[in-house]
Amino acid sequence: MARIIAGIGTSHVPAIGVAADQGITDQPYWKPLFEGYGPLRQWMDQTRPDVAVIVYNDHCVALSPASIPTFAIGVGDEFKPADEGWGPRPVPVVKGDPDFAWHLAESLILDDFDLTIMNQLEVDHGLTVPLTVACGQPAAWPCKVVPLEVNVVLYPQPSGRRCFALGRALARAVASYPQGLKVVIFGTGGMSHQIHGERAGLINREWDTAFLDDLTANPQRLVDLGHVDYMRDAGAEGIELIMWLVMRGALNDDAKEIYRHYHIPASNTAAGLIILENK
Amino acid sequence: MSTPTPPLSIKEQLADIPGTYPFTKERCRLGYHLNMFFTTLLKEANRREFLADEDSYLAKYPLTDEQRQAVRARDWGAMLKLGGNIYHMSKLGGTDHLTFQYLAGRMAGMSEQDYRDMMMRGGRPIAGNRSIAEQSNQS
Repeated sequence: MARIIAGIGTSHVPAIGVAADQGITDQPYWKPLFEGYGPLRQWMDQTRPDVAVIVYNDHCVALSPASIPTFAIGVGDEFKPADEGWGPRPVPVVKGDPDFAWHLAESLILDDFDLTIMNQLEVDHGLTVPLTVACGQPAAWPCKVVPLEVNVVLYPQPSGRRCFALGRALARAVASYPQGLKVVIFGTGGMSHQIHGERAGLINREWDTAFLDDLTANPQRLVDLGHVDYMRDAGAEGIELIMWLVMRGALNDDAKEIYRHYHIPASNTAAGLIILENK
Repeated sequence: MSTPTPPLSIKEQLADIPGTYPFTKERCRLGYHLNMFFTTLLKEANRREFLADEDSYLAKYPLTDEQRQAVRARDWGAMLKLGGNIYHMSKLGGTDHLTFQYLAGRMAGMSEQDYRDMMMRGGRPIAGNRSIAEQSNQS
């Protein structure tokens, strides 16, 4: 039986990927951020998950305004890094796990979560930067990946409550897979940031800290946050944090925080990282 | 005794966030063709064709004159107001080899250096930037 061993929340800022790709992570601007990623890389090396379900959003790359699914799952054999307007990232092709992904899709849909199924999907920084954060720059990614894409761009995004419930259903889906896989769930995006309009550059450290605290102390408070709460207090694009709630929902109630890291700035963003382990 | 004020609708609450253009159904409709144009810049061949002759390239898409002008002028704030979505607009930014940080600074009306310095100091604070109504009450 497959089991979820942990959840990881991490920002997926494109500039973090650029810094890694250009080999400038030792520069003073980037060093404090990347040093904080060390413990996650050690954790990945030690625990060696078989599959990562990466909850992320496409940034209008694989998906255009022509069709905007609220939730979608990638079931292909592989996912190539996408050209986002400045050429694809020079990172390994992401390998899928079609058997597992199709099982998740079937289980989730029968559990009343009506996911869009994507046989073909090129993945942007939203998915590849978390891999860089967790795995560094290997010749091949050390685990298979199931992309779970969420609309966080067009209002109304799914509510935090719905995202958390999807996480619950994801846990049931994983538990009903017969093969003994070790699964880790990534919730990506955030933390506070706003990259458009006159208010661009908004950062809210206090709000972010409370969010990190309440992932273990009081997840219900986070589940009850509404669209305006995120967009007003964590910046318009801070609403990406609803994707962390899919991750949190997939974990046991008594999941334990084993590591966190928080750094301002990564480009326009407060970069956060947290590891939550199932007991 | 005054009548209690009815709670604000979500639309009113979103409109109360200063300097922010939530990508709502209205903006999605207004900017549909503009955003579809940005999507074409995901291909290198299209980026080259666009940069070689912007007017001819733009003529292929049913944009409004204002949208066309905003693209030609690289007026990022205007693109936003005309329905552009920042993630779509970033494809034009990429075509011009501009970073998200540069675009954000332009939209905030700041020089690249001033914006970068603000971020190094911890970003734009939430105090005074939460709500248009709060701003008017304080002034």
